[in-house]
Amino acid sequence: MLDSLARLGRVGLAMLASLGRAHLLLISILRGLPSMLVRPRLLLVQIYGVGVLSLLIIVVSGLFVGMVLGLQGYYVLSQFGAAESLGVMVAASLVRELGPVVTALLFAGRAGSALTAEIGLMKATEQLSGLEMMAVDPVKRVLTPRFFAGLISMPLLAALFSAIGVIGGWFVGVGLLGIDDGAFWGQMQNKIDFDEDLVNGVIKSLAFGLVVTWIALYEGYDATPTSAGVSRATTRTVVQSALAILGLDFILTALMFGG
Amino acid sequence: MARIRLSEILVGVFMALGFVALFFLAMRVSNLSTAATGEGYNLTAKFDNIGSLRVRAPVTMAGVRLGRVEAIDFDQETYQALVTLRIEDRYDQIPTDTFANIFTAGLLGEQYIGLDPGGSPEVLGNGDRIEFTQSALVLEQMIGQFLLSKAEEGGE
Repeated sequence: MLDSLARLGRVGLAMLASLGRAHLLLISILRGLPSMLVRPRLLLVQIYGVGVLSLLIIVVSGLFVGMVLGLQGYYVLSQFGAAESLGVMVAASLVRELGPVVTALLFAGRAGSALTAEIGLMKATEQLSGLEMMAVDPVKRVLTPRFFAGLISMPLLAALFSAIGVIGGWFVGVGLLGIDDGAFWGQMQNKIDFDEDLVNGVIKSLAFGLVVTWIALYEGYDATPTSAGVSRATTRTVVQSALAILGLDFILTALMFGG
Repeated sequence: MARIRLSEILVGVFMALGFVALFFLAMRVSNLSTAATGEGYNLTAKFDNIGSLRVRAPVTMAGVRLGRVEAIDFDQETYQALVTLRIEDRYDQIPTDTFANIFTAGLLGEQYIGLDPGGSPEVLGNGDRIEFTQSALVLEQMIGQFLLSKAEEGGE
């Protein structure tokens, strides 16, 4: 009885300690900002790895998500004789929800896992300790550029996803199903509000970018320095990122659109 | 060196693409290009019942959108709804005896304010009040009146 209570307590304490380490890591990552600004090349290389290499999967998924939304939305809306509202439906669901959320999920799988594996392996092969031996702070040198690369890339990727998705919906709705072109764009512009929809979508994607990159970097930095440890850390990154994205999305949606 | 140059170019392309996408969403998808928010002048109107009129609902004349509903308040003295309308600056020739109605777009659509121009030579300016208003049609009241009139017919 007491043993199981103690086990529960140990799990709880370990979770709290891990949460605390994650926040301490975030603080020291942010402290590295000035030294990173001196060397923008480090950031550039990471934006290439995190953002540019994620472009293909984001663009292709955005296109297909938009086209599927167009097909399914047309099926439902045409039953109410409101097929012209397809543009509103496609754009609203992409800009508000699907753009930031699906992009963040793909981003966690494509870029987050790679970050964790890279940093975990750096730790396992003692490259991080090597940097420390040379009096280079591994957090400032390795983690900070990756963090800001994720933070910058994520909103841009989400905007691309939404834009491509709208074009995909337009292609299906106007091109294949014969909805009027003017009605498609006109109703969309009438109903999609810049402040309420677009700005909130960008805020969401920024928040997801922060959370995913943070989880990925922390899991890599905190990984047990063995092959099994790095593999576990990579799995944890993807699972925890996905859970955090979906939970955070509910909270943000409730705050932004619930009232 | 060539590799670094290539990655620089690709990052530049990526960021440019991202900003183009944001710009596309702002100008083509959202109302940023059509809505001239912030600029304009305010008119007020008192309604006995505004139905389900909301803030940001369109204000139209002859079907053309002139502005939007800026705020909705309750007047405790007259027990009426005090609606503030924001009209775009370029529409500055609205006569003082204009009539404000609350209409419904479609059978069950959202409600908006339709203005019927009067014949007065004087025009409304910032802060002026539209005197003549007509309340929203509330579907339940109409059904109630209809039933009442039917019942009266049956009684005779």
